Amino acid sequence: MFHNIGEMLVLFWRTIRAWRNCWSQRRKILDQMFEIGNASLLMACVLSLFLGGVIALQSGPVLRDRGLVSLLGGLVGLSVAKELAPVMISVLIAGRIGSSMAAEIGSMKVYQEVDALRTMNINPTHYLVLPRMVGILVMLPLLVVLAVLSGWFGGALVAANNAEIALSFDGYFNNLRQVVDVNDVLSGLCKSVAFAAVIGVVSCHQGLITQGGPRGIGRSVTKAVVNSIVLILILDYFLTRLLMIFDR
Amino acid sequence: MNPTLEMQPSISLEVRGLRKSFDGQPVLRDVNLFVEPGEVFVVMGPSGSGKSVLLKHMVGLEVPDAGEIRLNGEILHELGSLSQYRVGMVFQSGALLNSLTVGENVGLYLSEHHLGSSAEIAKIVAQKLKIVGLKDIEHKFPSELSGGMKKRVAIARALVIEPQLMLYDEPTAELDPLMAVVIAREILRLNQTTHSTTIIVSHDRELAFGIADRIAIILEGSILVVGTPDEIRSSSNPLVQSFITASVSKDRIDV
Ligand SMILES: Nc1ncnc2c1ncn2[C@@H]1O[C@H](COP(=O)(O)OP(=O)(O)OP(=O)(O)O)[C@@H](O)[C@H]1O
Ligand SMILES: [Mg+2]
Repeated sequence: MFHNIGEMLVLFWRTIRAWRNCWSQRRKILDQMFEIGNASLLMACVLSLFLGGVIALQSGPVLRDRGLVSLLGGLVGLSVAKELAPVMISVLIAGRIGSSMAAEIGSMKVYQEVDALRTMNINPTHYLVLPRMVGILVMLPLLVVLAVLSGWFGGALVAANNAEIALSFDGYFNNLRQVVDVNDVLSGLCKSVAFAAVIGVVSCHQGLITQGGPRGIGRSVTKAVVNSIVLILILDYFLTRLLMIFDR
Repeated sequence: MNPTLEMQPSISLEVRGLRKSFDGQPVLRDVNLFVEPGEVFVVMGPSGSGKSVLLKHMVGLEVPDAGEIRLNGEILHELGSLSQYRVGMVFQSGALLNSLTVGENVGLYLSEHHLGSSAEIAKIVAQKLKIVGLKDIEHKFPSELSGGMKKRVAIARALVIEPQLMLYDEPTAELDPLMAVVIAREILRLNQTTHSTTIIVSHDRELAFGIADRIAIILEGSILVVGTPDEIRSSSNPLVQSFITASVSKDRIDV
């Protein structure tokens, strides 16, 4: 996986340099954005609702025992906004969208459609990679914002309805508002932009290097998803560390 | 003015010392060819002899292990230098984009390079489809077409480019004899009206001897013989003779 990182960086750089073609590719970009939103919006919100809920459920009783339950809003708020929503939604999108990017481009490669584009002087980076890249770079942070909101809400639901926690909506959100800063949400969004780039580059690159027949496509899809997730988790650590420096 | 209608001079193509192997398996061993500007050049050879691979090298889709391809004397290193020529290629499999309709496929070159409004493009698309005997299928998807129809759509897509260099990989392989004749005539007509250099890979002996200026026979990755149809027919090489005269008849099969 790591020996391809150079190639992936080249692909990323070429895609960035092709930004001028965004306007001429706008229809495909919109298609991609719609596809990503359509496929994942509901899933992302439901996933995140339960994420917020389970954190409240795990930590609520512990805090109540120690008389600290009023801090629950801030705890759930921070962990969802800074860490859980960006990472989990990115993993979800790597599975849903990364796989379909690798499969689509991979089958175009295998069935010589990419070659056909080249002979028509149509740059596959402009035609195939750019729209997918822009689509995911725009949509993933958007999904993360919605996921953060529904995660907070999920935590509040559990806090209010679980007898062992019994923290009112108002109590929960008051503390959340005190503790969570706009910068915390922004740092989560920064991460999600980086993760979106990882998913886009890894999946498109895997698609473009697909060889062989249907089995090759399957292999590419698996690799795209696994490599994206691994890179996301590794990058997450270093980004968190980096963002801590800016927090000071 | 529509820039696709500009006439551009045709180009020569030269292959020098071309070698290529896949996974240690040599496919092309020292291929040398010179195709004159405006010529109709047919490459024949048994299945698996490396014809499609040769064709892909000619448009820069494969990188040679050794040797070079020259267009008008300039080395075709990478795609960058191809972009100054208009090249059309009809893939053996058609290679239509499956996610696009037939109309979008045929008009792809024009729409991606912004050569005309969508109404103009639709008109050109319909006109090129008509040339290959297809009508009212613009809204179908490639998966809804037969093999021969796909091939004809692929030819229409290449015709739209109005290429200076046109490469066909088995243009008539999946067509009925009547349609094969229609396509052969179109290939010739395109060659004569635009003086495009035309390279055809085919097993179809009638097509080859009917329209070729020169024929090359490739065997196990190297050129066995190059010549005009008459020279090939009168060749004394037994391999050539067996390739161009092979036929089946019921009473000649030994059981
Ligand atoms: N990408 C590739 N990887 C590995 N081997 C390949 C590749 N492409 C072609 N080959 C091999 O090269 C040889 C020649 O293939 P090619 O497609 O050029 O044959 P062909 O002459 O076009 O045959 P046909 O008339 O059946 O189309 C075959 O043995 C094939 O297995
Ligand atoms: Mg072939």
